[in-house]
Amino acid sequence: MQAFTTLEGLVAPLDRSNVDTDAIIPKQFLKSIKRTGFGPNLFDEWRYLDHGEPGVDCSDRPLNPDFVLNQKRYQGAQILLTRDNFGCGSSREHAPWALLDYGFSAIIAPSFADIFLNNCCKNGVLPIVLPVKQVDALFQAVEKTSSYRLKIDLEHQTVSTPDGALLRFDVDPFKKECLLNGFDDISLSLQHAEEIKQYEQRRKSSEPWLFTAAAEK
Amino acid sequence: MSAQTLYDKLWESHIVRREDDDTCLLYIDRQLLHEVTSPQAFEGLRLAGRKPWRIDANLAVADHNVPTVDRALGISDPVSKLQIDTLDENCAEFGITLFSMHDIRQGIVHVIGPEQGATLPGMTIVCGDSHTATHGAFATLAFGIGTSEVEHVLATQCLLQKKSKNMLINVVNKLGAGVTAKDLVLAIIGKIGTAGATGYTVEYGGEAIRALSMEGRMTVCNMSIEAGARAGLIAADDKTIAYLKGRPYAPQGELWEQGVAAWQKLQSDAGAFFDCTVHLDAYAILPQVSWGTSPEMVVPVNGSVPNPADEPDPVKRKGMEAALIYMDLQPNTRMVDIRPDKVFIGSCTNGRIEDLRAAAAVLKGKKIASNIRLAMVVPGSGLVKQQAENEGLDMIFKQAGFEWREPGCSMCLAMNADRLEPKERSASTSNRNFEGRQGQGGRTHLVSPAMAAAASVAGHFVDVREWEVN
Repeated sequence: MQAFTTLEGLVAPLDRSNVDTDAIIPKQFLKSIKRTGFGPNLFDEWRYLDHGEPGVDCSDRPLNPDFVLNQKRYQGAQILLTRDNFGCGSSREHAPWALLDYGFSAIIAPSFADIFLNNCCKNGVLPIVLPVKQVDALFQAVEKTSSYRLKIDLEHQTVSTPDGALLRFDVDPFKKECLLNGFDDISLSLQHAEEIKQYEQRRKSSEPWLFTAAAEK
Repeated sequence: MSAQTLYDKLWESHIVRREDDDTCLLYIDRQLLHEVTSPQAFEGLRLAGRKPWRIDANLAVADHNVPTVDRALGISDPVSKLQIDTLDENCAEFGITLFSMHDIRQGIVHVIGPEQGATLPGMTIVCGDSHTATHGAFATLAFGIGTSEVEHVLATQCLLQKKSKNMLINVVNKLGAGVTAKDLVLAIIGKIGTAGATGYTVEYGGEAIRALSMEGRMTVCNMSIEAGARAGLIAADDKTIAYLKGRPYAPQGELWEQGVAAWQKLQSDAGAFFDCTVHLDAYAILPQVSWGTSPEMVVPVNGSVPNPADEPDPVKRKGMEAALIYMDLQPNTRMVDIRPDKVFIGSCTNGRIEDLRAAAAVLKGKKIASNIRLAMVVPGSGLVKQQAENEGLDMIFKQAGFEWREPGCSMCLAMNADRLEPKERSASTSNRNFEGRQGQGGRTHLVSPAMAAAASVAGHFVDVREWEVN
């Protein structure tokens, strides 16, 4: 995975709570067997006025002028500012893949859905939880300031605003380590292959009924 | 050892290794695979030159994308076909058991796990699908994961996880006649909210839960994610064991006896600590209908669409206003005045035999109303379909004007051809009423199977309890 260390980028606001993964990337695009190419269909049903299908060239499709990401001032945004419970719903990792493919590497919200948050961290997308009041203030600042940019420093767990405020955020230490280094956590787990084998042997003798093989039937 | 919750016990028994920051390498006993969230995981495995750690811990089935009509003709959508063919090829290459589209055991992944006895108490079970908590009805720790984690489990049989907090949802008394597990879980989500259990593993307990059948318990656990919880669980009891006995993948003979002895201990200890406890009275729960675009936007059938003006929280109010515009509903509209265009009975929430029986009991000898453009039943598996046909339920549905389909996820998420057209309204037994979930511009009302059946006949939502009396 791509490492996340620092990011200085344009902020785009999505002022809705409970944005679900069906909204982030609608189901028809989940038929792809790849990890890339989802960016043009990010928020497809809000972003375009017509119905999107896989394989259709999105550059010819009518844009919804009312959708915030279509506004000129937010083109090239890398940081998404949003509300509570972002990423709720399905476990589809296509959601962070689409955000990343579009250009977002960090998302700021008062809270995230669990599976989505986990999926982001596996793909170099940093979910940042900030208190509601700070998020409110950021929404106001983005609204009234053109080209509003934030600087994110994962190592020091800070978000710096243009007026010099330093907002601190919490992050799980293990997820932080993986993001900072772009670790493949399968390799990390396989360093403990011997322990996994020993555990398996112990449980095969203590709970043998759980090891009746599906394939044997 | 101090008193433990069921979740504590399941968690502790699966720790392979604990890091200093309490991140645990957790052993996974069973992984269920389907076509949508697995292709990139298999590709990752291949690119890294890795092999599955324990092939027989995996079981695969195509469900999200499969057609529910004319299966003999194959899959007409080439993109869907490629995804299903890819699952076939991956399972063949790595030696993983797969129930193909033409196998009678094929069905929705969360229906077939328990049906086959591949879901056993005391297990950890994962699947690249957020409704994996369904299996928690069997005192398993079961949760949905993303594709990177599917690959992680394939490669290591483990996941790196931090423990969640413990929540108990205690439901006293019993549900009244005509009120089902679906109404109960919708009422729970309505009470605690769509993020009410984020960060928790939920244990459902109390008299109402004990009184539910295993299928009802699966319906409750299934929708845990709709309240934000990755996992929902219910303690094992005699019903759990009776359900599993003799299932194809369940242990037999001496191993079965040993398993049963161990499973009987899979309950929270008296005095175990829960970080949060929520109480509900089952008597007070009425049949539910969702009105908005989040499962928390739900009211009893005798209620009305709420008025956003009454909501003090500005963010919530804005969400309600957006939902009403999307749903094309006015505040204070009575739920019984809402008229669906399509009726969908099925999904991992309500696609089991008891669900079909409940709907058929309402429909027997009746016809769907003239305003219903399509009413369809999509059984949760080939075996559910076969059982229903043996009981003559298919004839009741067909005579009422329902289409009787092949098993799959179907219009729950509309990845196949089964969907709502823009502005169409459904009465649906599925789990999500998100914008566009059942088709772009489609409007979903979540209900129980009996409520969906009653609405199909009346042409609008009705209180199925009165329906049964009439």
